[in-house]
Amino acid sequence: MDLPVINSSSEGAAGGGCDSHSCGSTDDQLNHLPEHIRAKVHNHPCYSEQAHHYFARMHVAVAPACNIQCHYCNRKYDCSNESRPGVVSEVLTPEQAVKKVMAVAANIPQMTVLGIAGPGDPLANPERTFATFRELSEKAPDIKLCVSTNGLALPESVEELSKHNIDHVTITINCVDPDVGAQIYPWIFWNNKRIMGREGAAILIEQQQKGLEMLTARGILVKVNSVMIPGVNDKHLAEVSKVVKSKGAFLHNVMPLIAEPEHGTFYGLMGQSSPTAEELQELQDACSGDMNMMRHCRQCRADAVGLLGEDRGLEFTMDKIEDMEIDYPAAMVKRAEVHAQIAKELEVKEQDRLFQAQAKAALIALRGEADAPPTRPVLMAVSTKGGGVINEHFGHAHEFLVYEASPAGVRFIGHRKTTPYCEGGSSCGDGESALDETLRVLKGCEVVLSAKIGFEPWAPLEAAGIQPNGEHAMEPIEEAIAAVYEELRAAGKLDEAPVQQQKVA
Amino acid sequence: MALEIIESCVNCYACEPLCPNEAIYQASPHFLIDPDKCTECLGDYDDAQCSSICPIEGAIVDELGVALNLPGSLTGISAEMLAKYQAAVEATYQAALEAKTG
Repeated sequence: MDLPVINSSSEGAAGGGCDSHSCGSTDDQLNHLPEHIRAKVHNHPCYSEQAHHYFARMHVAVAPACNIQCHYCNRKYDCSNESRPGVVSEVLTPEQAVKKVMAVAANIPQMTVLGIAGPGDPLANPERTFATFRELSEKAPDIKLCVSTNGLALPESVEELSKHNIDHVTITINCVDPDVGAQIYPWIFWNNKRIMGREGAAILIEQQQKGLEMLTARGILVKVNSVMIPGVNDKHLAEVSKVVKSKGAFLHNVMPLIAEPEHGTFYGLMGQSSPTAEELQELQDACSGDMNMMRHCRQCRADAVGLLGEDRGLEFTMDKIEDMEIDYPAAMVKRAEVHAQIAKELEVKEQDRLFQAQAKAALIALRGEADAPPTRPVLMAVSTKGGGVINEHFGHAHEFLVYEASPAGVRFIGHRKTTPYCEGGSSCGDGESALDETLRVLKGCEVVLSAKIGFEPWAPLEAAGIQPNGEHAMEPIEEAIAAVYEELRAAGKLDEAPVQQQKVA
Repeated sequence: MALEIIESCVNCYACEPLCPNEAIYQASPHFLIDPDKCTECLGDYDDAQCSSICPIEGAIVDELGVALNLPGSLTGISAEMLAKYQAAVEATYQAALEAKTG
């Protein structure tokens, strides 16, 4: 039995059945988009699950001011060790930002996208934001520009946005009901006044929806971000998903709330809980019947640099950039070559996959589905440094990507962050507690695939019901998972219920 | 009469473009208000603009040193919650310190 790779499939679950739960959700989030939109997003790491293995992005922190307060944000925050939205190390002037973008684009040729995402709201800093866009569209025309906003100042900015050839906008929409909004937004600044509570939330919601409609009417792609806040908007987000889809948003990204007391946010200090990986997945699956869902978001900093999941920002601080000699025309040629090479690789992969899917369909046509009895889905985790292959050691992984294998194929579920079990030997004294954390975040997974897995974590992994597997090093992720699933099936392990996973503290 | 920005300012720039008198300017370590230019927005707006957008409670004070945004009024974070925050930050710091030395 050969499994099609659903996430990168352009035809959905080949030959598989289609129940109301999986239909649509098992497709890649980009599959049923019109061709012209797919052409726009195929190399955007934040919009295409496949692209995020190959292409890099960066944010420049030119927009410190904000026009609203969210209960998950602390405006005092600035820490180089924290990785989450709204956090930056240095605010840049537009001139510095342009310089930084050119330096990064010259040094990381995989970079395709420049976003402005804060640390405040980009559209509450229109002069700084648009000065950056204006200069970049002249000096670095091969870089895609995008912007992320809370939406309050969006309607008045749409005209200017469309001038700068920005074809991607992200709006954070956590609710479409002011009563829900009143529990998320304590105030907004509107028409020269601070407006508190429900009244402010109602204006914000109206502006967000108006902005969304104006953007899609102009053919500008809109992704909607929502923060899942258990007990506040978790039940409400399926409704949000429906509404924004009906208004033309092309992708919905439901992210888990980040709230720790030491972050100093209202939610953090209130002890507001964050959703578990399972709760998040359940909501994403529930929304996916109505909407293309994004599942690979890493909730990066407003000054992040590199592939999603990595941050090379420290290589490009302003003092380091000052000393760099940048020959942008030469860099642009190199970038074009690198991008063409990646595109070629992806095309070969796609051909390969199509061939395998066809072969499978032919086999089913020949033998009928009957001799392939339905087997249960299995969650598997992999560690990767990018490139779509299993190339990260278990002990070095800062995060694991979780996939679900089933008779319908392999689909990407999400990522789970952890502390590396072994940071190259220097901090192995912490190994035990870090391993406990990894065991906890891998809960629900039955297999973990890494480039290499050391002797020490092997037994604890097995004891936790997670089979370590180092046999697929350097292999493409989906193919390796399909192969392991097939091994499990052949060994009869999919007929039984999963091994009872022991509780991990 | 003039308002004043004090050291809890986080340099977010939000107030600077709103001032009808261009009294606010960037300075180190934080933004400042030129007392000769500040009118507290009288005649221009119902509310002082800087303190209406400022996200930091207590960062803008009047001539008597009284905060225009009182603790808890913007974030909903009470004094008890703030104490909890300081304890959490302290604990994180201590843990990091121990991890380094231990």
